Amino acid sequence: MSRAFLLLRRRLAGSIFVLLIVIVGTFLLLEAAPGDAVDAYVVSTGGDAGLVEAMRQSWGLDQSAATRLASYLWALLHLDLGQSVAFSRPIRDVILERLPVTLILMGASTALSFGLGSALGIYAGARPGSLRDRFLSTASLALYAVPGFWLALVLVIAFAVDLRWFPISGFETIASGKAGFAHAADIAHHLVLPVTSLGVIYLALYLRMMRAGMAEVWRLDFVRAARARGLSRRRIVLAHVARNALLPLVTMLGLQSAQMLGGSVVIESIFSVPGLGRLAQEAVALRDTPLLLGIILVSAVLVILINLLVDIAYAFLDPRVGASEAGA
Amino acid sequence: MTGSLVSIRNLSVSYRRDASLPSLGNIDLDIAVGERLAIIGESGSGKSTLALAIAGLLPSTATVKGTILWSGQPQLPLGGRDIGFVFQDASASLDPVMAVGRQITEVARTHLDLSRAQAESRALDLLRRVRLPDPDTALHAYPHQLSGGQRQRVAIAAAIAAGPRLLIADEATSALDTIVQADIVALIKQLVAEDGMALLFVSHDIALAAELADRIAVFRRGEMVELGSTDAVIQVPQHAYTKKLLDAHIGLDAAPMIAPTGHGHV
Amino acid sequence: MRRLASIPEALVGLGILAILAAMALAASALFPGDPFAIKGAPLLSPFQDWSLPLGTDRLGRDVMAELFHGARTSLAVGLAAAAAAIAVGAVIGTLAGFAGGIVDEALMRLTDAFQTVPSFLLALAFVSVVGPSLTVVVIAIALSAWTGPARVARAEVLSIRERDFVAGARVIGMHPLEIALREVLPNALAPVLALSSVIVASAILIEAALSFLGLGDPNRVTWGSMIAEGRTVLRSAPFLSIVPGIALVLTVLGVYLAGEGVVEGTAVRKSLS
Ligand SMILES: Nc1ncnc2c1ncn2[C@@H]1O[C@H](COP(=O)(O)OP(=O)(O)OP(=O)(O)O)[C@@H](O)[C@H]1O
Ligand SMILES: [Mg+2]
Repeated sequence: MSRAFLLLRRRLAGSIFVLLIVIVGTFLLLEAAPGDAVDAYVVSTGGDAGLVEAMRQSWGLDQSAATRLASYLWALLHLDLGQSVAFSRPIRDVILERLPVTLILMGASTALSFGLGSALGIYAGARPGSLRDRFLSTASLALYAVPGFWLALVLVIAFAVDLRWFPISGFETIASGKAGFAHAADIAHHLVLPVTSLGVIYLALYLRMMRAGMAEVWRLDFVRAARARGLSRRRIVLAHVARNALLPLVTMLGLQSAQMLGGSVVIESIFSVPGLGRLAQEAVALRDTPLLLGIILVSAVLVILINLLVDIAYAFLDPRVGASEAGA
Repeated sequence: MTGSLVSIRNLSVSYRRDASLPSLGNIDLDIAVGERLAIIGESGSGKSTLALAIAGLLPSTATVKGTILWSGQPQLPLGGRDIGFVFQDASASLDPVMAVGRQITEVARTHLDLSRAQAESRALDLLRRVRLPDPDTALHAYPHQLSGGQRQRVAIAAAIAAGPRLLIADEATSALDTIVQADIVALIKQLVAEDGMALLFVSHDIALAAELADRIAVFRRGEMVELGSTDAVIQVPQHAYTKKLLDAHIGLDAAPMIAPTGHGHV
Repeated sequence: MRRLASIPEALVGLGILAILAAMALAASALFPGDPFAIKGAPLLSPFQDWSLPLGTDRLGRDVMAELFHGARTSLAVGLAAAAAAIAVGAVIGTLAGFAGGIVDEALMRLTDAFQTVPSFLLALAFVSVVGPSLTVVVIAIALSAWTGPARVARAEVLSIRERDFVAGARVIGMHPLEIALREVLPNALAPVLALSSVIVASAILIEAALSFLGLGDPNRVTWGSMIAEGRTVLRSAPFLSIVPGIALVLTVLGVYLAGEGVVEGTAVRKSLS
């Protein structure tokens, strides 16, 4: 599909520029951090002055800021994020190890919030002003105000401590020896509470967006035309009104992915889910600034990729996108 | 007389309860099977209100008095199946994110017992009948890829997809330029004749109405002030208002403004 | 104001905010001294002792006093961060929209960059690098919150730029920058301010999450840190986490309701970019 391709090519160029800005930004934060990686290393391991100087030289920390930025970029180009002091391993390896868990968590949360949120939004928006519409609208506003980390604690009290339906923490049962479907089910069982805590606020957001969007589409003339053609109410609601109101929600997916990555820090910490968010919290606790900034960089790349995917999905959903460039 | 398709008795419509005058008052009107009736009148005279009332498309907040019988039956005609409706603004009557072919097939499948493939071939057939260039491609095109005239052709195809017995065209050509307008009028005329549909043609252009209709009804401020055969209304208008409308239309009795057939399509 | 009164949601929202403001203002008067001071036996349940109506925490501190002082922190951080974000965003957006060309392009890519980095991670990194204090937390939150106002301001400026009064200012020879800041910015402000409730609410939530992770100002009571404190005794005394959480939910809800009401009441269309 050439339309999507053209769009992608234009976005890609912009994204690379954006990524450069992010890199310079993280570099500046790294420079601003008190002490450097060697200090941190020495604090954690102990070492003499001679060793410190040698390490500074070998890590290039005795050079000018411009040179250091250049070598930072050079290293990044080789996908080298540096060494984690706290874990005594390459930052890249630590991050890659944690990434899948976060992707699973985020994917499930997004599916829950987008799926259920838009479904409930359609249910409410199908009959604007009805009782169920007003109830869902109020309920979603209330949910939208609930901080995820607090919801997580409340869910733990209710469903893990009192009812014991779900495990209090963790990603899977340790050394359970489960494989295949049983293993997946075990992970799913562990993730019910984290996914809910992470996703509920977006569920409320999508519900509200869908409902508001449908209210706007209902007023458009083509809906009256669809009624004049005698289409069933169900078909008008689903195939026309909701279908058109869906578009802004898809745009929201990109923005939401960045926010959700942020939210995963607290949620993963609470539930001890060994993902990227938990890693960020550990990096803060262990004062491993390079690791934290590495996580930020990877997150930024992830957000950029998700946004590209969202753009492609949007181009498929809205035939008008990029029509002027590709030529109708 | 082939019998009435629609009989309207004592119809009054008010959009708001506190309105001093109803938007439509005490209308008695019959539309015969296969007849072509034009409704003319100035803006705000209640033409669209009548059209919407017949099709059962008035907002639920409107108060409707009187009766509308469909084929002599009191049950309301079904939009799409019994009545095809073409609106003024074709761009606004098509879903912007659905391929035009699907917007036609969904009407056919809703009212006729057709399989997906049957509906699709019917849509293709309809696109040919409304003389859309390259119907195979147009089937998968989206509204924004078509011109205004082409969109109106698609809207007409969707309106007649289930073979209604009455086609209502509410200012269906007003938003188009004159040449396209003439083409669409010719098209409507042809389709109506081929399918034996009755036509309710709403317009404020008396020349256009005269070109198309067997009978003309003149509306003013919610009332029907004159109703008669096209010849009678044009030649010997009874009501002062009709005369005014005729006078306002310069050159009506000079060269015909509307060519009898289309000059290719746009 | 009269129109606001006709929207019940707005009234509820404003009511909640008024109570909250009263709590924040009265905190020192009603609960003088250090809110961290120990006032009684630890882990006293709520509604047992009427001198300590909401009970005490793990160390015997008065939960009610903490709640009042926490209201102060939440409101202060929320308002300060939102004000900073809106001011910075409005100025950057105005400049981008008014300057156009390469300046606009650069500023918009900068905005993109700040929107690409998850705002909570950015705040986390900033606080952990600079060290936690109230000001740092405010800056950390504003650091990513300015992008929304910047986009809206830019869009608004682009639509205002060509209008008469701007052309007039150009004719009398005002400096472009002066035109941008004195003529265009004030006119672009209404839709930007319509974003403020969302920004205040998210600032309050980010502050709470930061203090929950122990990155808030250590010298102040915050609801986030109270929830974190309570978490250590979640099984035996869940109310310690639940009470400040409810305060947080009500606050954010109040901000949303009031904000929505104000936007509706003044009929300013929310123009999300
Ligand atoms: N949805 C509505 N709500 C309230 N009043 C309406 C509505 N639609 C039409 N009216 C009023 O009813 C009267 C008749 O309107 P109608 O649309 O039938 O006129 P029309 O003859 O079709 O005019 P035009 O040539 O401009 O389309 C007008 O006074 C109009 O203001
Ligand atoms: Mg009309």
